[in-house]
Order: sequence, then structure tokens, then C-alpha cells
Amino acid sequence: MSPWQFFLSHRQEIIEATLAHLSLVLISMLIAIAIAIPLGMLAIHHRGIRALALAAANIFQTIPSLALFGFLIPLPFIGGIGRRTAIVALVLYALLPILRNTYVGLTSIDPAVLEAAEAMGMTNSQILFRVRFPLALSIILAGIRTATVITIGVATIAAAIGAGGLGTFIFRGVAMVSDAVILAGAIPAALLALLADLLLAQLERRLRVT
Amino acid sequence: MDPKLATASDTVIELRDVTYRVNGSSARPLVSGISFAVARGETLVLLGRSGSGKTTLLRLINRMLVPSSGEILVNGGPASQLDPIRLRRGIGYVIQEGGLFPHFTVAQNISLLPTLENWPEPDRSRRLREMMQLVGLDFTSFEKRFPRELSGGQRQRVGVARALAADPPILLMDEPFGALDPVTRAELQKEFHALAARLRKTILFVTHDLREALLLGTRIALLHEGRLVALTTPAEFLRLDQPEARAFAASFDLTPGAPQ
Repeated sequence: MSPWQFFLSHRQEIIEATLAHLSLVLISMLIAIAIAIPLGMLAIHHRGIRALALAAANIFQTIPSLALFGFLIPLPFIGGIGRRTAIVALVLYALLPILRNTYVGLTSIDPAVLEAAEAMGMTNSQILFRVRFPLALSIILAGIRTATVITIGVATIAAAIGAGGLGTFIFRGVAMVSDAVILAGAIPAALLALLADLLLAQLERRLRVT
Repeated sequence: MDPKLATASDTVIELRDVTYRVNGSSARPLVSGISFAVARGETLVLLGRSGSGKTTLLRLINRMLVPSSGEILVNGGPASQLDPIRLRRGIGYVIQEGGLFPHFTVAQNISLLPTLENWPEPDRSRRLREMMQLVGLDFTSFEKRFPRELSGGQRQRVGVARALAADPPILLMDEPFGALDPVTRAELQKEFHALAARLRKTILFVTHDLREALLLGTRIALLHEGRLVALTTPAEFLRLDQPEARAFAASFDLTPGAPQ
């Protein structure tokens, strides 16, 4: 069967898998953002948090994704088979790029601007939320963009632990030795990644302050 | 006593034997044993080479640094016992290049303190117009511009307007005109001279430019390697028999086209 024929005959299934994939990515990204940005903010004034958070995020990033999914399965609460485990793993992967960019963005502000802010009598939290954060936003967004593209790719592997999504086709295709089935998962995943990259890059440009 | 020296009753800022060294550092203190008083309405210029401790003194006065020893009084009270945020909001601060917020418009930059202090909107916008007029920026053409859309001189004007917006009695200025071209710098110096006379603020003005010090200062404090080596009126300064003062005077003489 040609890839095109397979696409047509399975389009309902492919759309459902794409949506499942997308929701896996979105949920993971939202959780990762909610953890990484506040952690990055804490890291600018606390050396301990900075060292610990960056080291931990770095370590997760070095674990091969298939292995990480495997490690998580036997764990209580966060482990097991299915979406929840996949989301935990995806969040761990997405943390580093967001955390690192948040920290770098918040700490690479023009010293004259920070000096003026402090001298004018702004409190630390006013400096953080009204000066550092808006000026760091485009760098933070660049981190979110990197993390999103990575997550869309890694999420295909989540099918190995029964999380569904586009990886289902890829694993099935590998087992069946069928390029058409592999492509039914790989092409939508690649398109999703490209689309996310494009949209987020545009947003990033719009938020850049020169 | 020199009549230009502050008398106790109208002293706004006073330093008593102030020394500051970086925590745990064994290097020479950034400033040591500094004592002087600044009277209400005067412009005291802190003159010195790079690294002489001028900026450190400003940062000690608004408590961005805390003295290693000695005492600083602001409005009669020890600065060490004031809430640093409240203290700083009563002290305008202008730095080189303005230190404007690049993501704020001119209007937002100038209205920073009125906004943080929750002034009601009519007061804020009235004050904004006053300030822009004061520093010579046309309201309609500049209000919505961002700092990147301004010239160096215009940025500096915004910096001054922002520092004055909450009407602080004290103004600290750290080489505010240092990054400007000579022509713009001379224009702003003259305008600022007139402005300072009119506003009657107590001003501490840091510079390494003797000509600027002579033009703007009611008194000049000369710093050398962290110590106060002279404190005198501009008229007296060029007659001082002090090596560092003579070095400054000599550099001044050599400037081609310098006025006598």
C-alpha cells in the first residue's frame, strides 16, 4: 500500500492520534513552563537553587528518552503505563531549555537599567516582574520554542509505554516493516514541530525589546 | 567658617568618617574616612578620576551600599535606620546613558515613581506634562517614543525628568552627561545649571570633568584614591595648592579653546 493510500484510509485514526499527540505535548509544556519559569526566577537570587535546578535539569536531559520512560514505569504514583508517565517524562525533558533560558534572560539585563531600577526605589519583586521579566520574555520564549520542538519529537517515543499519539504509527510501522505506516506517524509529527517552531518564532520576534 | 559650608540647621546630607570596603576584601577601601555635609539647595560636585570613589559615595548615600564604618545622615536621620525603598524614593537618581527602561515609553519611564506610588491618574498625567516641559521635550511628539528612538541627549533629558517626577528633595547624578557629544553636553550643562538654580534641590553631582564641576558646583569635593583631598568653592579650586587639584587644573589649562 502506498503511503498516500494509507493516509486516506486511516485519516480518522491519524487525526485522532495527532490530537492525542498535541494534547500530550501541550499538557507537558504547560506543566514544564509552570515549573521552570518560577524556578528560574528563584535561581537569580539563590545560588543553591540555581546550582541544584540546573544540575538536575541537565541530568534529565542526558538520560536517553526510551530509558527514562522505562525508569518511570515501576515508580509509584508518577509511574506505570500510559499518558501520565509519558507526561512526567516529557516535562523532565522540557525543563532544561526553559529553565536555562529563563535564568539567562533574567540575568542578562543591561546593568545600567538594573542600577536605575534599584536606585529609583523599586523593590526586588517590582524589579523582577516589571523590569527583568518583560525584558527577558523573548529569550524565555526561545527556550519554550526549543522545548516544544524537542517534546513533539520525544512524545512519539511515549507510544512505547502506551501513551498513544503519533508514535503509535511509528512503532506499528517498525513492527510491520511498513514505510507507509511509519510515515503516517512521522510526517504529522514533523509538520507539528515545524508549525510550532514557526508560530513561536513569530511570537518571539514580536516580544523582543531592542 | 566659609559661609558656603553647610550649617547644622539646613544640612540635608552628612557623612561622618565614612569608610567602605568590599566585604572580606583586603584591598584598599573604595572610600575611606570621608566627612562632609551638603546644605539644602546646594549642588556639591564630586570630582575625581575613574576609581576615586565618586560613584561609591552616591551608592552609599542611597543605601545601595552600606558603610563598613562611619555614619551617613539623610535629612537628619541615620540612613542605616531608614527603609531603603522609602529612602531611595525620596532621592532622584540619574546615571550615564539615563538607564531608561527599554521596554517603557518616554511617558512610562517618567511616570515610573508616580505609578509605583499609586498617584491618581490626573496627577500623574499632569506631572508627566510638567516634567516633559521642564526638560524641554515636546509632549505630543515624544510621549509614546521608546528610548531606542531617542538621541543620547533626549534620553538624558528623560532620565532627568524621571528622577524629578516624584519631586524628591535630593538628586544624585552620576556623570549624567558623560556619554554625550561635546556640543549636546554643553547645551545640557547650561540648561541643567538654570534648572538646578530654579528647583532648589540638593544635588550631588559626580563628574571627572573639571569644566563641568566649575560650571555646576556651588562647591567641589575632590576625591583621590578613595579620600577627600579638597572641598572648596569653584572660585578657590583653581588656586588650590594640592597635587591632585593641580593635576586637574593643569589638564584644564591644556584643553584647546578652554575659556579663561
